[in-house]
Amino acid sequence: MKNNDTMTKKVRTLVLALLALAPATALAEPTGQALSFTCAGCHGTDGSSVGPSSPSIAAMDPDVFIDAMQAYKRDERNSTIMNRIAKAYSDKQIKGMAWFFAKQPLHLHAQRHDAELAQLGAKLHVEHCEKCHNNGGKPGDAGTLAGQWMPYLSNSMEDFIKGRRPYPRKMKRTVDAAIAAEGDRAIPALVHYYASQHGPSLQEKNND
Amino acid sequence: MTKFDRRDFIRLTSRATLAGAVLGFPHIALAAGPKVVIVGGGVGGCTAAKYLRKLDPSLQVTLIEPKATYSSCFLSNEVISGDRTLQSITFDYEGLRRHGVTVVMDRVSAIEPDKKLVVTEGGEQFPYDACVVSPGVGFKWEAIEGYDEEVSIDIPHAWFAGSQTETLRHQVASMPQGGKVVIVAPPNPYKCPPGPYERASQIAMYCKHHNPTAKILILDPKDRFSKQGLFQQGWAKLYGYGTHNSMIEWVGAAQGGIVEGLDAATRTLQTEFEEFQADVINIIPPQKAGKVAFASDLTDGDWCPVDKKTFQSKRHKDVYVLGDASSASKMPKSAYAANSQAKVAAAAIVARFNDLKPGDPTFVNTCYSILGEDYGISVAAVYSLDEANNAILPIKGAGGLSPMDASAEQRKREVSYAHSWFENLIDDMMM
Repeated sequence: MKNNDTMTKKVRTLVLALLALAPATALAEPTGQALSFTCAGCHGTDGSSVGPSSPSIAAMDPDVFIDAMQAYKRDERNSTIMNRIAKAYSDKQIKGMAWFFAKQPLHLHAQRHDAELAQLGAKLHVEHCEKCHNNGGKPGDAGTLAGQWMPYLSNSMEDFIKGRRPYPRKMKRTVDAAIAAEGDRAIPALVHYYASQHGPSLQEKNND
Repeated sequence: MTKFDRRDFIRLTSRATLAGAVLGFPHIALAAGPKVVIVGGGVGGCTAAKYLRKLDPSLQVTLIEPKATYSSCFLSNEVISGDRTLQSITFDYEGLRRHGVTVVMDRVSAIEPDKKLVVTEGGEQFPYDACVVSPGVGFKWEAIEGYDEEVSIDIPHAWFAGSQTETLRHQVASMPQGGKVVIVAPPNPYKCPPGPYERASQIAMYCKHHNPTAKILILDPKDRFSKQGLFQQGWAKLYGYGTHNSMIEWVGAAQGGIVEGLDAATRTLQTEFEEFQADVINIIPPQKAGKVAFASDLTDGDWCPVDKKTFQSKRHKDVYVLGDASSASKMPKSAYAANSQAKVAAAAIVARFNDLKPGDPTFVNTCYSILGEDYGISVAAVYSLDEANNAILPIKGAGGLSPMDASAEQRKREVSYAHSWFENLIDDMMM
């Protein structure tokens, strides 16, 4: 009984101490939600972009989000505007946004694509990419490819191949193999395949 | 085992809520929540309406706007060049209705803060618990002699997207070969700082193909302008800027760019030193807050002072002023800025209805300009609040302009991201 009392007292002291700190710490900066709301003008409400080129970031793996923002911040990844924007945020703020977007449902939209190329892309994906980009490239710890906007996918591949973005060795090997097999058609085929992918929420534009 | 009493419990939960800054905390009561009346269906008003409902679905949100449809000013310069249609930048308010917003077509004559009432020209009265005012800019018609609202039908400002945008488009397209366009830029501060210069670029883009000996002259009461280095570099690359054969010429204040008067009949502009006759004249007048802000005692000078943590008016409690009409330096008067401010105000209003303190605000501005085919540039900034000085300051070491030395590929990508910025901004504010 005495032990319990001591314990309660300790817990209580701890809780009160934390609460005393709360206004200073928790309110000292914007919430992850408030920070994430400012991204919508380019990446869509809650991170589902309506296109035609800026990527959706809803349902993104939080580590992928953090890695991307940190790479932009350090100018290690080619970008038009994100390197300028990412530098404004602290590590903690980036983490807050990462978890906000991770929890948002991803709404995808139909994209015009070449069915024949997409079919070739599907084959290439299974042979070379599926091992890391599981489930046809749906959101996961290797990023979101399925249903992603085509110009963004093309830009990303161009940046990898031209050395403007850190190119994981394993990825380079598989992309090289796909290009060796299908030549110049390999990358467009993959891009058209991912663009042809979409979830059940396709065209149900619901931003609630 | 636990010995927290009821008082501790209340303290714990209320402080925990506060600590977590949980916005959108729903009202426990099932009855309809507080009333928010929104004045103006532009970027600020629409975004506020959507996000108020998103953060607290119990709120009764009414948006009052005289026009049945919204035409965006952003990307309206692309209508002048014929790159897109007015229809492609025009949207109805059905998206907001789907979010449970009551959209009323009427013009607000004034807000009566003492009675907490919004009064319309249609004779209706709307009581509110919080009022959001986002009227945009109005013009100082008295600034340029000979130019007024009536003259602007034929010599358009085209600074609100709509029929005047099409008038200007038509005038540029019907100009004789080798004709001359004069754009009269406004003094600071005004809506869309890079707008007049993007407009000159878009007209040049059109003329390059259809009227290659045409000239575009910008008369400017300022000595410098937004994204100046990038614009001049782009103009040099695309339109011969800096050579004697340049399609675009810019005359700043020091070179005599201040326009004092207009003779509409002869299409002649009078500056301090000389006269300029033109085939097409586009006058963008000096600006101030929209009319309803003055009618409702929300202004101090030309603009509406606000507490920048919440965007609550400094002049009247429970009234929030957003977007171009607010005095929100150092944010520019832009669509993205209004969108960002609206979310801060919406969160602050919801926090207040839930007896919570407002969270710390965060703002972003992103603005693209399209100088020609495959040639886009941008400016971006992330802002935080300096609460002691009620100032919104850009975060140092971040933001800024597209690099001067960017590759053709990067400039091309910025055009495609500009189109995404347009689509997503429209979607985020009203779909």
